[in-house]
Amino acid sequence: MDFFQYDSNPWGQEILVRISWDLLWAALIFGVLFVVGHLAMRKLWFPAHGATAEKAAEAKTATDDAASPAGQAGSAAGAKGDAPARVRRHSLGSRLFHWTMAAAMFVLLITAFFPLLGIQFPWLTIHWVAGLVLIASILFHVVHATLVMDLKAVWIGPSDVRDSWRRFARSIGRKGPDPALPGKYVVENKLYHHAVTVTGFGVAITGVLMMFRIDTPLFARNPYMFAEQTWGWVYVVHGLSAVGLVGLIITHVYFAILPEKRWLTWSMINGWISREKYVEHHDPERWAPRD
Amino acid sequence: MAIIRDMMPTFELFQPASVDETMDLLDRYEDSWVLAGGLDSFEWFKERHLRPPTVIDVSGVDELKGVRDRDGGLEIGAMTTLTEIVTDETIRQRFGVLATAAYAVATPQIRNQGTIAGNISQDTRCWYYRGGWPCYRAGGNICYADTPTAMNREHCIFGSSRCVAVNPSDTAPALIVLDAKVVVRRGGSETEYDAEDFFIGPSTDITRMTVLKPGDLVTAVRIPPDWADSAFYFEKARDRQSWDFPLVNVAAAIKVSGGTIQDIRLAANAVAPYPMRLSRVENQLRGQPVNQDVALAAGEVAIQGARPLRHNAYKLPLLRNLVMRAVRDAAVQ
Repeated sequence: MDFFQYDSNPWGQEILVRISWDLLWAALIFGVLFVVGHLAMRKLWFPAHGATAEKAAEAKTATDDAASPAGQAGSAAGAKGDAPARVRRHSLGSRLFHWTMAAAMFVLLITAFFPLLGIQFPWLTIHWVAGLVLIASILFHVVHATLVMDLKAVWIGPSDVRDSWRRFARSIGRKGPDPALPGKYVVENKLYHHAVTVTGFGVAITGVLMMFRIDTPLFARNPYMFAEQTWGWVYVVHGLSAVGLVGLIITHVYFAILPEKRWLTWSMINGWISREKYVEHHDPERWAPRD
Repeated sequence: MAIIRDMMPTFELFQPASVDETMDLLDRYEDSWVLAGGLDSFEWFKERHLRPPTVIDVSGVDELKGVRDRDGGLEIGAMTTLTEIVTDETIRQRFGVLATAAYAVATPQIRNQGTIAGNISQDTRCWYYRGGWPCYRAGGNICYADTPTAMNREHCIFGSSRCVAVNPSDTAPALIVLDAKVVVRRGGSETEYDAEDFFIGPSTDITRMTVLKPGDLVTAVRIPPDWADSAFYFEKARDRQSWDFPLVNVAAAIKVSGGTIQDIRLAANAVAPYPMRLSRVENQLRGQPVNQDVALAAGEVAIQGARPLRHNAYKLPLLRNLVMRAVRDAAVQ
């Protein structure tokens, strides 16, 4: 398997052209293997140990409540008791961003990779227009997250690392302290967010640069803006980010349709989760809904 | 290191005698190259930019040759030479635009050897691409013909999408105005493409000029009777009057009744990476009288949206005037 494609320029120098499209297959295979592996673990591994992260979290909640007779008056339990029947998890702005970004991503991946798979159509204009939609949605999200949302909700702190390790230790059957319930997002969500951030910025920034090599109403073409080798790296970063997104999206869609995760998927559609799910899966001290 | 040219690389040669044999070979040898007249192919081979391990020469397949009547129209075998098309009485009398276009191709010697399928399937003549530069069309990530210092006098003014090469076929626009169908065998099935859909631009696939993929074989070109005996026009502008590719060519088929254009099909080539049907001009012309003013307006519409490169802005007045003359003169020819 090749990682990069090289060619010779008119002066006989070897130049980097782009990633090898073998990596697309690698990303697809990774995504499929991850899904198959995770499904197998759900069936074979977790039931045997009876210690999935969710069950551990449920046990922790029950223990906390039982150990505190006056707990109903405690801050955390109080917050749980005060929680509305529908706890808002995603604002309308967040949901619009998510689905706009998702639609743009799918259009981008289809227009980028279907032609490579032999499905031919005039893809380029659709591709860069979808890219602009993606960039607009990212800019909206950056502003929205900075001004309206809680940036700390996706920050990975020491407690996330600690709880993540405890969940992992339990999942492989080791004994140890209970992992605490997370705030709004578990550490896996945060890691996924950061991976999408890196790859999203990767495709978006290089995509804008690549638009200088084609005819669009937005820029005057300037293929000499960078040296050949630099352009090669622009294409490589674009390609790596794109195939990275293939793997990330496969895992994201997989988790979104898992039966035990559908309450989260629904919250990305209707914006809220039930009080029961909130109490069951979140620590009110780490995530207190605003309304 | 010196570049060795005009040396034929080695390849395994097959010379099937039937279409079925050809398809069998194409199935067995996925990297094979179909050789028709060889005029485009041998140049590629000698320049060593194309080195197929297997070449399938279909010149011995008789069922791919000749002009036959079919459903009131014609079926032209893929291996019919351009000279045979030029001299065929039925084509000359009923579909004269194709005979005129075929006659405009290169020299008598080349027309004796070149075939209709080869003429419409030939690759672009962009010298950056033909010269072996690693451009987009060759799998790279740059168009050397579309840079501030590029020599792009012969390149496109429409339809560029990273690549600015043009399709050089003379017969392609004639087939488009005749609403011809290109018959392609693929595996066990046969597909009939409208001539204008047979050609694809770089926005669809930057490495190909037609829908043909490895394993495909053009078997025939079918011309329906719809445009037979219409008023036709074909004109090719080129640097030399013999043996040259078009700078611009225009083909027209017009149905005129009582001095009014009832219907029209117009196509131009060498202005885009694919032979371009001028649908907007056609729409404007239907129902219009044939006169100088209408023809002039048609020429102006034809060049709307053109984006010339550094050295080919001359193609705008050239296309405009050829379209104008096609509309003005077709009915009186």
